[in-house]
Amino acid sequence: MAITRDDVLHVAKLAELGLTEEEIQRLQQQLNAILDAVGKVSELALDDVPPTSHPLSVVNVFGADEPRPSLPLEDVFANAPAREDDLFRVPPSA
Amino acid sequence: MIDTLRITAEEALGLVERGEVSPAELHAAYREAIAERDEELHCYLTLVDAPDGAASIPIALKDIIGTKGVRTTAGSKILDDYVPVYDATVAQRCKDAGLSLLGKTNLDEFAMGSSTENSAYGPSRNPWDTTRVPGGSGGGSAAAVSAGLAPWALGSDTGGSIKQPSALCGNVGLRPTYGTVSRYGVVAFASSLDQIGPVTKTVRDNARLYRIISGRDPCDSTTVDVPPVEIPEAEDLNGVRVGIARELNEAEGIEPGVDAAVRRAIDLAAELGAEIDACELPRSVEYGLPCYYLIAPAEASSNLARYDGVRYALRREADGGDYYDMVARTRDAGFGDEPKRRIMLGTYALSAGYYEAFYGQAQKVRTVISREFAAAFERFDVLLSPTSPTVAFKLGEKTENPLAMYLADVLTIPPNMAGLPGLSIPCGLSEGLPVGLQLIGPQFSENTLFRVGHALERALGFDTVPERLR
Repeated sequence: MAITRDDVLHVAKLAELGLTEEEIQRLQQQLNAILDAVGKVSELALDDVPPTSHPLSVVNVFGADEPRPSLPLEDVFANAPAREDDLFRVPPSA
Repeated sequence: MIDTLRITAEEALGLVERGEVSPAELHAAYREAIAERDEELHCYLTLVDAPDGAASIPIALKDIIGTKGVRTTAGSKILDDYVPVYDATVAQRCKDAGLSLLGKTNLDEFAMGSSTENSAYGPSRNPWDTTRVPGGSGGGSAAAVSAGLAPWALGSDTGGSIKQPSALCGNVGLRPTYGTVSRYGVVAFASSLDQIGPVTKTVRDNARLYRIISGRDPCDSTTVDVPPVEIPEAEDLNGVRVGIARELNEAEGIEPGVDAAVRRAIDLAAELGAEIDACELPRSVEYGLPCYYLIAPAEASSNLARYDGVRYALRREADGGDYYDMVARTRDAGFGDEPKRRIMLGTYALSAGYYEAFYGQAQKVRTVISREFAAAFERFDVLLSPTSPTVAFKLGEKTENPLAMYLADVLTIPPNMAGLPGLSIPCGLSEGLPVGLQLIGPQFSENTLFRVGHALERALGFDTVPERLR
């Protein structure tokens, strides 16, 4: 199942990655090579095997439901590229 | 005069405890060594002055660990000017133990790589041979410890980023059991795999640092209570059952010199009283790497979605461009080739139509790997193998071929998939370069790994100071 140029563009859109023309061509070639190698996992018949999402059998970890101070707003905005009042400023979405 | 190349962390602690050297003098001695050798080795991205009132010895932290008020880049341009407003739990625990921060060490961007050549700030170099890589992703921490630029350091290990650099630089690196060390405040790569661990000159130093950083943390819900850490004393291996998994020891690509050094260490284990026997991991090694390169990129693509130019870090925008244009420009400008490759791979593996065939199937393979190791540990206390199939390779040797670079972790990845601890100790030289021995145990068996590692280390008598610096 070779990755086409359209596949690369589609995945880049899903990942919100702007790519240059050179990157698109290189990634198409590299992703095909890598997927060819990792596609090896499909050789195994594992219908009866449960998936592992996490290596420890830890379930339902709850913390105490007690109010605690949050980060001060000045800290929250300390690394912000653009701030307006107490909001992160971004360009319009349309 | 403090010989930072020779002194262990334990010896440095002794000097401070006995009042023979002050913490500030010790910090200054390492800064002198850094001034002398780091221009060539490039272990550090950021240096930190000794804080007033430091109570103990210094430490270096991989620059993926968030440090309050100290720039934390993760080796990426997208975090070039990021200054955390809080400490990672491990950084806080080091502070609580009185350790002073020497600086932040170099790494492959977002810990993705096996050589530090993916760092946006240029590669680190191997102190044994500066034309060669120190391994990665934590090459900066490993090279710093071997070159006497830090008494000890912390790294992070997803596929082998502590163990492999320690092997290539000739020191001791522990990837602890998943869940034993908090990741709170650490830049996330692949959350079901990432672990923080110590990089040291000796196994005893390693146990001491692991004792400081391990334990449950309410801020990281994947952490659990950890058995008390024992500093190893025993010099024999009586009663220890050692397994030699054929697939880990006879994998394609293991260099003859690496194989020879590991075999000598196994013979030595037998002489020290260990019971040695062969075992098999039929599918763990063959399918471990493909499994990892589906799961880790999938999780990375999700974790790295947060770098969108909105709340912190880099933002790039064009006049009149909209929000989506800003996000895409920011991510294109901020991420290097390897993170982009893994984001694309991971997004593809998680996308509609491919999820079950790739990600879902890889999660099942992960179960198979865990079961194989569990079966081996019914018979054995520890498995021994090479850490890396090769000694340190030349800078530039693998940068054009991502798949060749990925193979550097072929022996460290299988136990990582099962959440198992792994310790790498130096076991000899091949072509004048260090060879790493990997010790793998069941979950929460760090004390066993320290015991076996310490006994072997004493018997091996490996000199951790690079020959060219002696």
